[in-house]
Amino acid sequence: MFSNQPDDRGHFGKFGGRFVPETLIAPLDELKEAYLKYKNDADFISEFKFYLEHYAGRPTPLYFAKNLTDKFNGAKIYLKREDLCHTGAHKINNVIGQLLLAKRMGKKRIIAETGAGQHGVAAATGCALFGLECIVYMGEEDVRRQALNVFRMKLLGAKVISVKSGSKTLKDAINETLRDWMANPSDTFYCLGSSVGPHPYPMMVRDFQSVIGNEAKGQHFEFEKKEPDLLVACVGGGSNSIGLFYPFLEEKPVEIIGVEAAGAASLCKGSIGVLHGAKTYVLQSKTGQILTTHSISAGLDYSGVGPEHSYLKDAGRVKYVMANDKDALYGFKILSEMEGIIPALESSHAIAYLKTAAPKMRSDQSIIVCLSGRGDKDVEEIKNYV
Amino acid sequence: MSRISEVFGKRKALIPFITVGDPSISQTEKLVYDLEKAGADIIELGVPFSDPIADGPVIQAAHNRALKNNVSLQDAFLLANKVSRKIKIPLVFMLSQNLIENYGSSKFFSDCAKYGVGGVIIPDSIPDEMEEKNDSIDRILLVSPTTNEERIKMIAQKSSGFIYLISSAGITGKRSKISADVSKMAAAIKKYTNKPIAVGFGISNPAQAKEAAKHADGVIVGSALVEIIAKKQFKKAADFIKSLRRAIDAG
Repeated sequence: MFSNQPDDRGHFGKFGGRFVPETLIAPLDELKEAYLKYKNDADFISEFKFYLEHYAGRPTPLYFAKNLTDKFNGAKIYLKREDLCHTGAHKINNVIGQLLLAKRMGKKRIIAETGAGQHGVAAATGCALFGLECIVYMGEEDVRRQALNVFRMKLLGAKVISVKSGSKTLKDAINETLRDWMANPSDTFYCLGSSVGPHPYPMMVRDFQSVIGNEAKGQHFEFEKKEPDLLVACVGGGSNSIGLFYPFLEEKPVEIIGVEAAGAASLCKGSIGVLHGAKTYVLQSKTGQILTTHSISAGLDYSGVGPEHSYLKDAGRVKYVMANDKDALYGFKILSEMEGIIPALESSHAIAYLKTAAPKMRSDQSIIVCLSGRGDKDVEEIKNYV
Repeated sequence: MSRISEVFGKRKALIPFITVGDPSISQTEKLVYDLEKAGADIIELGVPFSDPIADGPVIQAAHNRALKNNVSLQDAFLLANKVSRKIKIPLVFMLSQNLIENYGSSKFFSDCAKYGVGGVIIPDSIPDEMEEKNDSIDRILLVSPTTNEERIKMIAQKSSGFIYLISSAGITGKRSKISADVSKMAAAIKKYTNKPIAVGFGISNPAQAKEAAKHADGVIVGSALVEIIAKKQFKKAADFIKSLRRAIDAG
């Protein structure tokens, strides 16, 4: 069994748990209690489904990428089109789930962290929709790199706070959001954007994102009358990937690959540590200081990873590999040119892996790749490389 | 009774916090001696970490200054080994969980014993995640204003050395007012234990120290002291601790 994690205290095997200041235990317990109550509540489920369908645009298509399939001359390639979600990425699935929960808990002040700005934009969007105050913490360096997303968040009515501590990127934005929550533990809801952090976040974010894998499973079966042979998704914090992978974990013949950015590969190159409330693989110095990372894609530029991925790595259920900036640019280019789909640089890492995997497979086999977001946000960045 | 808990039997304890290696290891060493002379009963040594989530800007900056000197946990042990032989008061480490994970938990606690560190405060860990203690090192646990009665009871049982009472929710840093609930919270803890209680988070002047000492067995001062050290006013840092000592004793 791989899908029966975490335990009641949020442990995925030896990973996960809660490594946070005592002040946060009460709000985390309150959140966990509310989540466990509402996740099986018929009204909550139907409202979640309603907004996913009518607002976020679900189900997203599972698209057979014929040109790409022909190019690699191996397995059939299917793209799970999360890029077609409202706001342009899978992040909105989780935001809708968490904000519906916040409303039921009577929390009106929402705080969120963002790296590239995709989760920040999704959070700002959801807060506009549900009439909630929204404060987004973003590293000063990312504010500079992602000016367009900062502007989008402001248009949506969110307040963006530029974080000047530490390396001024995503990890510091998360630190600062946790610090805000410590100062405001009773009236504030922390809408966390990835499957990271203290319990219950990794479990809750995974559950909200599992709509990706559940839909893909049914859609693939419609086409192929069988399970896929391989799943591929990019892994930063790991929310789109765990969302795709989770419903397939018990389908033993399905091979699963997570693709990390080579400059931020916590699973491939890191060691076990504690970051942002969970025990997990982290990139750290010999003496235990958290390292800063580099990736062309801001969404993968993170020193840690969700604890469930650490568990799945050690359990041997998911294999994690790396793609570097150049690989990502290749993925970006072929999908744009051959399928007319401009992918996010994050998702481009997963696309790039097809070159390795697809040609080795037979034509009666199939691959599902999570196209977690669209690439409009990255066009400016790409201009510096081509 | 550990060496740390014994301290509280003599007088209201004054517990200053400084960061190891801010601005240098040799200056930290001098500060430890000066703080003892100024009236400290226990010294909390913060081990620098890149991502201290429970700390406000003042202590984050101190960590960054120390990290610029590449100060590590190993260096902190070397310093503890040196100073613990020369002072009469106990030393406590305050550090993030990742540093312990990285060092190796069992080696960490055996090195504490070896190098004269009597207790450990881990602000980003909770007793629920801690392994059973089978050594002489005190695990000083925190109680926050958000902690419910059930947890207060559990923490009161599991904490050793003393109980660290956080005066208000939030991160470390000076506060203009210390929460009026401190006496209530201390009373809630006393229901379950006779272990000493020290109040911290926000204490920044003699009047606040005096007030906090009325409700507890000890007072912890961090950011206000670190702010003086940041300006390299080391004599003023010792004088500040003297002024807190006088205020507490007069109370």
